Amino acid sequence: MDFYSFLIQLLNGVQYGLLLFLVASGLTLVFGIMGIINLAHGSFYMVGAYLAFSLAGLTGNLFTALPLGIGVSVLLGFALEWLFYRHLYARDHLYQVLMTYGLILVFEELRSIIWGDDVHGVAVPDLLSASLPLTDNLSYPVYRLAMSGVCLLIAGGLYGLIKKTRLGMMIRAGSSNREMAEALGVNIKRVYTVVFALGVALAAFAGMIAAPVSSVYPNMGAQVLIICFVVVVIGGIGSVWGALLAAILIGLTDTFGKVLLPDYAGMSTYILMALVLLWRPEGLFKR
Amino acid sequence: MSQYTRRNFLKGGAAVAGATLLPAARAQGARVKVGLMLPYTGTYAQLGVAIENGFRLALAEHGGKFGGREIEFYKVDDESDPGKAPENANKLVQRDKVDVLVGTVHSGVEMGIIKVVRESGTLHIIPNAGADAATGGMCAPNIFRTSFSNWQPPYPLGKILMDRGLKSAVFITWKYGAGEESLGGFRDGYSKAGGKIVKELFLPFPNVEFQALLTEIAAIKPDAVVCFFAGGGAAKFIRDYAAAGLKGKIPLFGAGFLTDGILDAVGDAAQGIETTLHYGDGIETKRNKDFRLAYAKTFLLQPDVYAVQGYDAGLLLAAGLAAVKGDINNKAGMIKAMEAARIDSPRGPWTMSKAHNPIQDIYLRRVVGKENKVIGVAHKALADPARGCKMV
Repeated sequence: MDFYSFLIQLLNGVQYGLLLFLVASGLTLVFGIMGIINLAHGSFYMVGAYLAFSLAGLTGNLFTALPLGIGVSVLLGFALEWLFYRHLYARDHLYQVLMTYGLILVFEELRSIIWGDDVHGVAVPDLLSASLPLTDNLSYPVYRLAMSGVCLLIAGGLYGLIKKTRLGMMIRAGSSNREMAEALGVNIKRVYTVVFALGVALAAFAGMIAAPVSSVYPNMGAQVLIICFVVVVIGGIGSVWGALLAAILIGLTDTFGKVLLPDYAGMSTYILMALVLLWRPEGLFKR
Repeated sequence: MSQYTRRNFLKGGAAVAGATLLPAARAQGARVKVGLMLPYTGTYAQLGVAIENGFRLALAEHGGKFGGREIEFYKVDDESDPGKAPENANKLVQRDKVDVLVGTVHSGVEMGIIKVVRESGTLHIIPNAGADAATGGMCAPNIFRTSFSNWQPPYPLGKILMDRGLKSAVFITWKYGAGEESLGGFRDGYSKAGGKIVKELFLPFPNVEFQALLTEIAAIKPDAVVCFFAGGGAAKFIRDYAAAGLKGKIPLFGAGFLTDGILDAVGDAAQGIETTLHYGDGIETKRNKDFRLAYAKTFLLQPDVYAVQGYDAGLLLAAGLAAVKGDINNKAGMIKAMEAARIDSPRGPWTMSKAHNPIQDIYLRRVVGKENKVIGVAHKALADPARGCKMV
């Protein structure tokens, strides 16, 4: 590999890592901070992608579909929290696993009834459909770069929200000692509802902006679910910067694994996880 | 107390055993039991439905009877789950005692079925799963296939590439059975024609992050790229290939199912891609037109390659049962007739190889608009090499 293609692969790796962070960001909130094992995270991602497909079809453009889709997914988040999740905060993790696994099945079936089992595509918005030439026969789609930018904005936004705002303070207080925070007058119930809805919206948003490059197809949520958990676990549960760093590490490992050790590419990210956890059992950044 | 229950249990068990034996002992002339083990939920649900529709259409066109006998269906949803395959196959073979087992789509599940029917000797017709072993190392007199082996569709691409002066190629696929077998077919055809695969690129299945490997392809600069992908992954690969600027610079060819069922999703990115398969759009024969019209009228759907394979499974069983005049117990006679059958398929007539896989024409198709337009025959009467099959 010459230096120039090394640089291109580096770009590929970072870009893939940022995309992974975007997909995992909602899980950082729900699993990392609220402490709920949410296997349905991938389903919310899938719902987002299908919403983008439907709404972009209706409104003719992904940009107009985005705010609508976010609105729908926030409502979905509120409803799910109110109906299902709030009953499980105090329960054992096993109950959460069981219920959220059930939700995966329900969402897959609903998807099949509403949208069918076909593969669909979402058009890249005209504004971002150009490509930048890198070599004589390879170019880089502007849309992918724009996605990376959005991922960085979200990382910054999440960090700011949790560390610098009043809501963030209440979230942190609630996750370290729920009773004490309540005794101090924080309405933890409402805080959790908001955080959960935000987590759903983030997952759906990731699905929406990934739809033009990934296509929209059945079971697409299952494909991202495991890697999302890997990102959160390597990063250190509850840490936004940790998740971002972990995602980029995974992106680079996956990219260079495929190029340099193709026979072991399937394992490379899990080997990385094993090594990190041996070195720091609580992840890169402890909260 | 415990003795009492045990005796009761034994009595009950005997009654159940008697009840299940009864239908088997029923006089000849009763219905032929056909087990359909297909995916009715999950990613491959539509394929399962298309196959069943095709099979039922063949039955309807025979007046609802094969060899003068009515058909009774027993259905099991295999969920495309290889882990449940032996159990599901046994439900049909042991519990329902089907005469014929038709299935399935997923190659992993298929290997589970084969394990069961090789032991029980039940007649078995495979309407899709392409695993080479089914009519290769694991072939058996009671196992027939009406679809293809993974080796078949990509084999003719080798000669097509060489005829166009494309002497070096990169092959890219998922690292799993179907992908590696497809690569095997292409490699055989390409090296025979004098071409050279300069690099084989693999991704772990079902990973769809292609960017790193597309960068490698751009650096290698082969004359052509050949791939095996299907479904959502295929749609993403085609889009990524175009977005990386490779489309139009290095021609992309597909082994098999690359462009089936996803053309709406990929739009312009797929235009001009050429693939080889045993079926396609615009086969201008009366046989095909009649079939397509009848299918569309009956099911209010356009038929696809899976519907054709299911339809041919029906035709094959019809040929077998007709030859023995409906005597399903004359298994040797049926097998002989099915081996000799010439199936008048919508894809074009085909015959059975010694290993029980179709000897069939493979078409070259090009994506034009929303169709996989057939532009010629890539290989006449192609037979799978059936490596490891003892019946050859």
